[in-house]
Amino acid sequence: MGATGIGAAVRRKEDQRFVTGKGHYTDDVNRPGQCHAYFLRSPHAHARIKSIDSKAAAAMPGVLAVLTGAELAADKIGNLICGWMITSKDGSQMKMAPHPAIAHGKANYVGDPVAVVVAETPAQAKDAAEKIKIDYELLPALADPAKAQAAGTPQIHEVAARNTIYQWHLGDPKAVEAAFKAATHVTRLDFINNRLVPNAIEPRAAIGEYDAGSDSLTLWNTTQNPHVARLVMSAFVGIAPEHKLRVIAPDVGGGFGSKIFIYPEEVVCLWAARKIGRPVKWVAERSEAFLTDAHGRDHVTHAEMAFDADGKVTALRVKTIANLGAYMSTFSSSVPTYLYGTLLSGQYEIPAIYCEVDAVYTNTVPVDAYRGAGRPEATFVVERLIEVGAREMAMDPAELRKKNFIKTFPHQTPVIMNYDAGDYHASLKKALEIADYGGFGKRKRESARHDKLRGIGFSTYIEACGIAPSQAVGSLGCGVGLWESAEVRVNPTGTVEILTGCHQHGQGHETTFAQVVSERLGIPLENVSVVHGDTDKVQFGMGTYGSRSGAVGISAIVKALDKIEAKAKKVAAHMLEAAEGDIVFADGKFTVAGTDKSAAWGEVALNAYIAHKFAGQELEPGLKEGAFYDPTNFTFPAGCHICEVEVDPQTGESEIVAWTAVDDFGTVVNPMIVEGQVHGGIAQGVGQALLEGAVYDKDGQLVTGSLMDYCMPRAHDLPALKVEMTRTPSPSNPLGIKGCGEAGAIAAPVAVINAITDAIGTEDLAMPATAQTVWQALQKANDRRKAA
Amino acid sequence: MTAVALTVNGKAVTGDVDPRTLLVQYLRENLRLTGTHVGCDTSQCGACVVHVNGKAVKSCTVFVWQVEGANVTTIEGLADANGPLHPMQEAFREHHGLQCGYCTPGMIMTAVDMVNRKGHELDDPTIRHELEGNLCRCTGYHNIVKAIAAGAKAMKGHVQQQT
Repeated sequence: MGATGIGAAVRRKEDQRFVTGKGHYTDDVNRPGQCHAYFLRSPHAHARIKSIDSKAAAAMPGVLAVLTGAELAADKIGNLICGWMITSKDGSQMKMAPHPAIAHGKANYVGDPVAVVVAETPAQAKDAAEKIKIDYELLPALADPAKAQAAGTPQIHEVAARNTIYQWHLGDPKAVEAAFKAATHVTRLDFINNRLVPNAIEPRAAIGEYDAGSDSLTLWNTTQNPHVARLVMSAFVGIAPEHKLRVIAPDVGGGFGSKIFIYPEEVVCLWAARKIGRPVKWVAERSEAFLTDAHGRDHVTHAEMAFDADGKVTALRVKTIANLGAYMSTFSSSVPTYLYGTLLSGQYEIPAIYCEVDAVYTNTVPVDAYRGAGRPEATFVVERLIEVGAREMAMDPAELRKKNFIKTFPHQTPVIMNYDAGDYHASLKKALEIADYGGFGKRKRESARHDKLRGIGFSTYIEACGIAPSQAVGSLGCGVGLWESAEVRVNPTGTVEILTGCHQHGQGHETTFAQVVSERLGIPLENVSVVHGDTDKVQFGMGTYGSRSGAVGISAIVKALDKIEAKAKKVAAHMLEAAEGDIVFADGKFTVAGTDKSAAWGEVALNAYIAHKFAGQELEPGLKEGAFYDPTNFTFPAGCHICEVEVDPQTGESEIVAWTAVDDFGTVVNPMIVEGQVHGGIAQGVGQALLEGAVYDKDGQLVTGSLMDYCMPRAHDLPALKVEMTRTPSPSNPLGIKGCGEAGAIAAPVAVINAITDAIGTEDLAMPATAQTVWQALQKANDRRKAA
Repeated sequence: MTAVALTVNGKAVTGDVDPRTLLVQYLRENLRLTGTHVGCDTSQCGACVVHVNGKAVKSCTVFVWQVEGANVTTIEGLADANGPLHPMQEAFREHHGLQCGYCTPGMIMTAVDMVNRKGHELDDPTIRHELEGNLCRCTGYHNIVKAIAAGAKAMKGHVQQQT
């Protein structure tokens, strides 16, 4: 490891611009002649649009156009789509309802756009929207996913009887049934994985611009995957042919999944820009973000775990209703299926698993991937059951886990995944030491002296990252391949530009990707720049989500660097008048083996472009190579998080007093950045467990529609975090990287709930475990004890 | 329209604005000082914090006419454009106190104000309590707290630009 190479905690290259206010986010982009769009949104969860009268609005000062769903349809702008086909257990395909960018005929959630005003200023557009008269016929609304399939509930889309999108299953029901019959102990739990609002601090934004001279469109957009956005808007929405549409994702202020998806607003900005002939800009307000950014989680689950007399898990049975909201967002179908059911084996050797998932429509904001996406939900199921199982069987929860850990690899689970490498004992052992598990009893007694209840909770989680092998996801219904691309451009002076299909929105790729290149080519970090987020610069890429940029994106760079080295050796051979096979490249120098003849990296780069010594056509000038890397397997980051809480029984308030995380991410390029990712993930997981929850009333109104009503984690809600790592490299990619972006959010919620339930002595506790919720759980438990 | 005159990052500026123009809109749209960000519409997130006459203010909460004649410092004015970073900016960089960078300008302006009010020795609970008005979704605050404690110490003897 060099000072800037793989494994070094290099300070980030991108920070200079961010700490000085020179970041360049979508809202910082202003185009000559731009005007502004305001989206008028349905205030009703479910309503027929009988008529729209926009005459008064159109006459307001500064108004350039008032656009509706009827015009969108007349211009043949296509619907938004969900790109992952899920097949139900009866063999039928998922029921994808039409999703126009502006509601036409019927609004299906509060926030569904019903008209768009374009005006000279944002204020004029907003003022004019107030003058639009819409005659709504209110329809009964459905917000509760648990009621979606009942007879007599409101039908949201014609294509989906009883609001059911699919009824999916995975595993072997007969084997599970037999195991449960033979079990000596069964643990049963019902819970809701609470609905979350992603709340990246940068609100979504879009600017569409039309150039009549070239008949082409440009979109500046807060997206995690500009090429996917361009592909969908071109091939499905039909906004422009792919070669006539450029998508630029400049600096993006956090995504967490919510900026993967293709949303109505960017479609409308492009469409309106062409229609009006001027650039059209839209920036979401926070309250609009609450009503339109795809939400996360929202599962209603019944789960059962069977144990034998020795405490070995013999089977797992899970039944989940997943709320997908009013329309199917871009990857929504995959989250509660192939990102959820496939992870239900956890870190354990479980012989039989059966999982059933019904996905339903409701009159709520669409639900899609949010940091962890399916894997936090799976981890919650497995780690709650094992923890409660241990308590019910009066076993130590750490010991019960050890007893059931997978010990040899590769390991084929009963739910598709083939774990390639891991050491679950190592991460648990290290976490137990750091958390001083042995001293917990003493600390608990100390807390009791201060009238506090102390609890400890574990989460030995697993996730599947590096998403994903194209063949594997294709066989499961994914509409695209999930490889990644890279291009390495060496300049004549030896500096290097890396073009990647990944996109950074906080992950620090400009630093970590450059570290890999710096180490490989032996050149200073400052001589490497990373180019991303522009479809005119990078040919194609799948973007950043699913903790994939290290495992897949860097692997593509490594593959391109292999080609660069091969070509550079040819150039060096010409320069040094030696055989290509005799050239050795190390530490930024090309040497003829066994001699003192050598050429520096910079000289070789220069000669590649000067090309004076290249004979005829046998060696092409230049030094630029591209690669596409398709992984051979998912990667399987895993680890152990231990949360310790103190609960005040008088108020129900829980304080996290210690947090230990020991994660196995395989090879780590920059430990400082990786630890930062873990911190952020834990904060979002703690937010889910203690503070956050999107609440709809029975009429489908979002009650938690602003940062005043939806509780985001603040600095004082979180403890200092102890983050350590173990390392078993992934055998599935060249550097052994597993991915780290989602681990914290996957591990954390269940660790918190396991800790609080341990403290209060009752398992009946909903998320978010606010002071009131915990206090009520304590009272209920007390009442039960008194009655007994 | 309303005429306004104030000093921003040491420079006198004047303008004719719609009376409902917020300070943050004036900074971003009129002066193109886009380092100050808007993250919410309820004054919760703190991405828009600037200094008005040396004190931290959420610039989404005041109309520009309310700060008539005031001395405003934004993230762009915290350090000399051609000089070294302000110690608090340097501390955020050194301690990885930022990821996506969107909340960062507000965090740094709040942190500098915190030091001005609370001194150079800031403990963990104080910093966490003082960050009540600033939201970060990326970092879990762990490294922000570390950065502010270090930045506070490094600010000893530092003379701030232009306020």
